[in-house]
Amino acid sequence: MGIFDKFKNLFQKEEKEELNRYDIGLEKTRKEFTSKLNLLTLKYNRINEEYYEELEDILIQADIGVNTVIRFIDRLKDRVKKENILNASDLKEIIVDEMFIIYVQNQIIVNKINYNKDGPTVILFVGVNGVGKTTTIGKLAYQMALQEKKVLLVAGDTFRAGAVEQLIEWGKRVNCDVLYKLDADPASVIYDGLEKAKREDYDVVLIDTAGRLQNKTNLMNELDKINKVIGKIIPNAPHETLLVIDATTGQNGISQAKSFQEITNITGIVLTKLDGTAKGGIVLAIKDSVGIPVKYVGLGEQKEDLRVFDIEKYIYGLFKEMDVEK
Amino acid sequence: MLENLGERLQNVMSKIKGYGKITEENIGEMTREIRLALLEADVNYKVVKEFIENVKQKALGEEVAKSLKPGEMFVKIVKDELVALLGGEKQELNITGNPATLMLVGLQGSGKTTTIAKLANHLRKKYKKKPLLVACDVYRPAAIDQLEQLGRELGIPVYQEGKGNPIQIAENAVTYAKQNGYDYVLIDTAGRLHIDEELMQELKNINNEIHPQETLLVIDSMTGQDAIHVIEGFHSELQLTGAILTKLDGDTRGGAALSIRHLTNVPIKFIGVSEKMDGLEEFYPERMATRILGMGDLMSIVEKAEQVIDEESAMKAAKKMQKGNFDLEDFLEQLNQIKKLGPLENILKMLPGASKLGLNKVQINPKDMAHLEAIIQSMTKEERKDPSIIKASRKMRIAKGSGRSVEEVNRLLKQFEQMKVMMKQLKNGKMKMPF
Repeated sequence: MGIFDKFKNLFQKEEKEELNRYDIGLEKTRKEFTSKLNLLTLKYNRINEEYYEELEDILIQADIGVNTVIRFIDRLKDRVKKENILNASDLKEIIVDEMFIIYVQNQIIVNKINYNKDGPTVILFVGVNGVGKTTTIGKLAYQMALQEKKVLLVAGDTFRAGAVEQLIEWGKRVNCDVLYKLDADPASVIYDGLEKAKREDYDVVLIDTAGRLQNKTNLMNELDKINKVIGKIIPNAPHETLLVIDATTGQNGISQAKSFQEITNITGIVLTKLDGTAKGGIVLAIKDSVGIPVKYVGLGEQKEDLRVFDIEKYIYGLFKEMDVEK
Repeated sequence: MLENLGERLQNVMSKIKGYGKITEENIGEMTREIRLALLEADVNYKVVKEFIENVKQKALGEEVAKSLKPGEMFVKIVKDELVALLGGEKQELNITGNPATLMLVGLQGSGKTTTIAKLANHLRKKYKKKPLLVACDVYRPAAIDQLEQLGRELGIPVYQEGKGNPIQIAENAVTYAKQNGYDYVLIDTAGRLHIDEELMQELKNINNEIHPQETLLVIDSMTGQDAIHVIEGFHSELQLTGAILTKLDGDTRGGAALSIRHLTNVPIKFIGVSEKMDGLEEFYPERMATRILGMGDLMSIVEKAEQVIDEESAMKAAKKMQKGNFDLEDFLEQLNQIKKLGPLENILKMLPGASKLGLNKVQINPKDMAHLEAIIQSMTKEERKDPSIIKASRKMRIAKGSGRSVEEVNRLLKQFEQMKVMMKQLKNGKMKMPF
């Protein structure tokens, strides 16, 4: 058995236990909401084509990519055949299990921030327009400041009207310093920010960037330049590059992940606005096809509303009945 | 923007051509492709089902079976269904009030503030009247700053009272507009979730106080299956009069557009196509459907060109294009005109057959345009008229003069020749249309 298999087994075993514990912990909550999966099970005693079709609809509605869903259903069918499963109720756990496998595969997924031991840790935030980069930076700064880290925010979005002011206001709110220069090139602002961080011993530097659509060549080139500037001032930086994705995003999320991955080494995703009715299932498709894990989720506009991503909670959430129909 | 959906549909069409006839047996494969294409484009899953069912029924109907060209008939059915989904007729804004009030609402980050500035700019340009922007987003940090900066950039006044009560601000703004002779009052509101009862109540209160002529939902074109919840959520509380689809200059397939009108009967009135302040276009369902099918959108180009280019020089350019005998001098002039049209990628995508020619994937860096210009400007008049006289020594001189390399000069000359050939083909009708 290879070392990776060993890890995999170890990890999966641990995760299964986690899942069980989670199951018990969730029992109460689960009674309170009607799980779509439960409804499906009630409706179809026996597993048949219609059952699969309806399951497919549920997953597509959650914005999990079509291709990922089709492959998932195929795998499920295989397993049902192999293990000779007949009742829909027996399939519930397997569905959750298979969803989990899509995400985890045989990797060890680390949610923790990769801190730099010999100097400031640099975290770069990228993404398309309006996904919540600046807000996420404010929230993460708040968490890190609570851990008594000296945090510097760098206003690298010099393009959008009001972006610098927005970050300055967040700085005030969470009590962190903000480095900004009006009417400057982003690379030059970032240069100044990193020099300041080195000089004044900051623990963490959070760099905001302008929203850019991934098909805009010149803006993507600018990001490439920013990345190079960072690496020149602090070797091996950025230590994390987080791609911020809005949970309402549909299939375009895959294109976003691919395009940003080509320019920068994306180390994780922040899935924002998960407090709405959107499920953000596109992150499963992204993990499946581009291999980038989610590190944080955004659950509101307040400074406390950022959580470390928890795949189990997330999978159960996918099947939660929407409570929009009042 | 929707080229991928178009490509998939085109593949389906060519398959039909191969079959020669549409039957119960082969239609399954075709509709499966369309289903995948639509789902990948984020079209609502219920709409997809309905769409497929309708297309299937019509395609198997007598008319198609009898038709000698079932492929063309199938295209027509798909296109007609698409147009129907997108809303049939173009819907105008209702701006009859005195002043007319328009309120923009939507989720966080959908692009309300940018869009409202563009909309004010559009109304001012189109009707030559005075708009007033109103800052009612008192929650998001620096939202007021953002609107003020945009207002300054456009020279459009912004009414604001800092972080006051949005309902009061909106009321005061309308009074202010009446007193100061403004024709349009455009109210920017804070982004909010459609399930946030408190904030939705706030919008309802504004609605009840000032009765805007237009309550427009701003929605991101990258939105997935959740679009329907967002639209229904806002619509049930506010009785939307329209929607504006933003960020369509990305590579999203924008399937949400296909669902909005069909499921809620809320018409799409505008689309956002660039970050620039003139990047807002009126929405034409017919054109959008044609564009999805890859038949291009000449009407959009024409309209856009008319806005920026004065008619006379446009006519001149068009004639030279048709004759196919234009030289680098004309090309230079074209470059200058094109620059005014905004990002060139957008224009190319709208040309008929763009995706077949690969034009939809063309990426143009504004800097490259500047380089082309520099090279041509370093040529003599004779050289521009007849590029064939440009040999090695002239190339070296041009390269030096423009600060570019000889390779770049070569590339330009080669591309220019290719372009001429392409235009001749267009003129002679050799260039095949998608169908």
